[in-house]
Amino acid sequence: MTKKKRPVIEREEVVVKFVGDSGDGMQLSGTMFSDVAALVGNDLATFPDFPAEIRAPQNTIAGVSGFQVHMGSSKIFTTGDMVDVLVAMNPASLRANLKWAKKGATILTDTDAFEEKAIEKAGYKKDPLKDGSLESYNVIKAPITTLTKESLKDLNIDNKTAERSKNMFALGILYYIFNRDLKPSFHYFEQKFKKKPELIQINKVVLQSGYNYAETIEALESVIQVGPAKMEKGRYRNITGNTGTAWGLLAASEKSGRPLFLGSYPITPATEILMELAKHKSLGAKVFQAEDEIAGICSAIGASYAGSLACTTTSGPGLSLKSEAIGLAVMTELPLVIVDVQRGGPSTGLPTKSEQSDLYQALFGRNGECPVIVVAASTSENCFYYAYMAAKLAMEHMTPCILLTDGYLGFGSTLFRIPKMADMPPINPPMAQANDPEYKPYKRNPENLARQWAIPGTEGLRHRIGGLEKENIMGTVSTDPMNHQIMTDLRAGKVEKVAEYIPEQEIDGDPTGDLLVVSWGGTYGAVHSAVEQMHKEGKRVSHAHFHYIMPLPKNTGDILKGFKKIVVCELNSGQFVNYLRMKFPMPNITQFNKVQGLPFMINELTNKFNQLLEEK
Amino acid sequence: MDFVNMTVERSKVQLTKTDFESDQMVKWCPGCGAHAILAAVERVFPKIGYRKENFCIVSGIGCSSRFPYYVNTYGIHGIHGRAAAISTGVKIANPRLSVWMATGDGDSLAIGGNHFIHIIRRNVDINILLFNNQIYGLTKGQYSPTTPMGKVTKTSPQGTIEHPFTVGELVMGAQGTFFARVPDNNINMMTEAMFEAAKHDGTSIVEIMQNCIIFADKAHNEVTGKEVKDETMLVVKNGEPMVFGKNHEKGLVLRDTRLEVVEIGQNGITIDDILVHDQYSQDPGIHLMLAKIAPPNYPMVFGVIRSAMFPTYDDMVEEQIKYAKETSKIRNVDDLLNSGDTWEI
Repeated sequence: MTKKKRPVIEREEVVVKFVGDSGDGMQLSGTMFSDVAALVGNDLATFPDFPAEIRAPQNTIAGVSGFQVHMGSSKIFTTGDMVDVLVAMNPASLRANLKWAKKGATILTDTDAFEEKAIEKAGYKKDPLKDGSLESYNVIKAPITTLTKESLKDLNIDNKTAERSKNMFALGILYYIFNRDLKPSFHYFEQKFKKKPELIQINKVVLQSGYNYAETIEALESVIQVGPAKMEKGRYRNITGNTGTAWGLLAASEKSGRPLFLGSYPITPATEILMELAKHKSLGAKVFQAEDEIAGICSAIGASYAGSLACTTTSGPGLSLKSEAIGLAVMTELPLVIVDVQRGGPSTGLPTKSEQSDLYQALFGRNGECPVIVVAASTSENCFYYAYMAAKLAMEHMTPCILLTDGYLGFGSTLFRIPKMADMPPINPPMAQANDPEYKPYKRNPENLARQWAIPGTEGLRHRIGGLEKENIMGTVSTDPMNHQIMTDLRAGKVEKVAEYIPEQEIDGDPTGDLLVVSWGGTYGAVHSAVEQMHKEGKRVSHAHFHYIMPLPKNTGDILKGFKKIVVCELNSGQFVNYLRMKFPMPNITQFNKVQGLPFMINELTNKFNQLLEEK
Repeated sequence: MDFVNMTVERSKVQLTKTDFESDQMVKWCPGCGAHAILAAVERVFPKIGYRKENFCIVSGIGCSSRFPYYVNTYGIHGIHGRAAAISTGVKIANPRLSVWMATGDGDSLAIGGNHFIHIIRRNVDINILLFNNQIYGLTKGQYSPTTPMGKVTKTSPQGTIEHPFTVGELVMGAQGTFFARVPDNNINMMTEAMFEAAKHDGTSIVEIMQNCIIFADKAHNEVTGKEVKDETMLVVKNGEPMVFGKNHEKGLVLRDTRLEVVEIGQNGITIDDILVHDQYSQDPGIHLMLAKIAPPNYPMVFGVIRSAMFPTYDDMVEEQIKYAKETSKIRNVDDLLNSGDTWEI
């Protein structure tokens, strides 16, 4: 076959989305596509978008599963707003996703799937491939199912198996469009299907056939080329936020020398952390799948008392159930990491969608005066780092720490520059020494107010702790009014003192000006990209993105004072903004909120910023 | 001395009661059955022989749950109903500790019912002292899950309309491997049962029929009272026939699928016809029947009813970790970070 030289369209970034029925293998196609992009040096971010149901009825909108890949030759901060290339394997997936396609986007469809019943089930009156409604897009209509079966006819494969590999045919077409090498994928099949060699052959044939088909029909006149991104030198890998969180906890355990204990109960979208840690018993991780959320955290409190780096992972509804036990950990002043992978709420809410609406719960959702450290990760990649820091702060300051991530960070993936453990910051828990005559359960380090960690089994340190208020220093039960005041103040002071041990808040842009954009947690990518776009347009906007929420960095007030207007953007009805207003009562703090289970779009942010700049 | 768990380090010196006495004032009501339980624990801990630093007592909430403050060991006073979960975490994190849990009928059978059945099902090696006084004492006299139906309490002025749990039945239902029932007025029986519990690898439930002198006084008297106990209490001993009565003239036999009370010397019954107790039987069938029976038609059974050997959760955790450490290529976090697909830029 002679290869025609195709014209090349250089693109700085491209968003590709694979959508189909939940059994169509879209997650696998998307993952393979992004792995190949990573290999050629693109920066990238991915996000799987799957239904809450495991297998919703076939060909319905409810059953649409998707995988989005945002790749670029420059730094990628989000999983992408609008899609350049949409692979839609059936009518329902097309209907559910067309609104995300840019005008002029390339849409690859399997025409075999567009039969009357499926079209009707998707809610279309007419066949969208024939009624002219897609005229403003570049639609590649390929009979993918038929061609897949055709390509396998020599292999004597049953129809069902053949049909199941149609996702690889579609992927082959995409590899042609993006001029990708097939070899890494062949290698991948060889690894993945070691035990089922017939599947290696099938997948190779179908992937190659898809590629050849695209070449034959000249699926796209030109090659879309996304060059390698300029990235810091180093060894890289792909990582999801949930894996990053799990590994960050393992890293903190190794660094501190405290064995890892996880007590958790499965809940979307946090379960992957539990599953990931269950795999790593070789690192000594003890993972306990509890009978409920409460047992998850209570077992962790027991393990913390016994000297482990104890963690529990959950999402909003589970955090509600853990509230009383967090209070116990605050009272007993034991280190504990509570990871909340936030989802849409309240109640069961939107389990597979993302929100930032658990902030109030993390800050205030307990009985009594009950402060804890609250930290938030901002990218899938830095879930590793902030999980590590949450564990470090919890142990060094002897207090629970809540780490907030969210469904987008947890499920999404980004490239991760692999750190060396030797470069990670040290973690020095305040272990009490055997037979220390000075040991008292609530005697504190005057610097950070942390009490010592005296582990059962240690000679000469027997003591009792518990949920009843304790006498300062001695740790015996006390109902003395003044003692309660002192202990309340000490617990609050201990958390406030953490501000001395965390970095100052950074600011992207000028330190003073007309408009400061404030964000926290998982919205970093969108807000940063929006601010960057404003900068490109020559507009003076500064951005402060917060990772440390309780306590806030020491210089927070000073930063806020430098701006005429402040807008706090978050995916809730205004929880961080009200927290800031409480700490810094300033009339010029405004807010921009969205509670749709969806991330911010860059243009909705820039519109808001422009509007604020124009208003006098 | 009998064999006790060897994973827990033993004391090099012979400890005594005073090694475990705390300096805190014991604040239970005078005459409360809990005092006797505390005395039994202070007596049995030195006998068990572990280092004093290796005992850890965990509790929930309620009168029973003040227990950790009154014994000089490591201890956590937890939150209501969650002692089983906290204990589980302590034991998994450090299997070399001897973990004891003090709890009550409200703490473990009402608010903590879920954790109670699951710790038993998992067979975590914890010794649970369940103070069953059939009432909520600390909140001043409301009925509990073990209060007999019809009993007038502060929240059941016309009598309760709830079917009470029988602790032993619940334990067997949750696949319990150890169950003993003891009265709070017999320190020897309590001490023996606690020692057996310590010996048993797995979750041990010692149900203590405890008297709340204020809110449910004499609740157990119909069974454990001095005047009646010969006829109402059957104390089982492993390998011995199950007899009771003032002159050991009564006993239990198995007829068809049910236990029956018979009199020795009547209708041709001899001591050889009486069921012999086998606390180590893995099959819980007879143990369940023994745990369930009660006056007026039967005696109530006391002593160690069941002590069957099954693998413990905490041992299996250690085995899995050991196996993973021996076989995995990932030996540290650097290995982990660099595992799978990675590339150089």
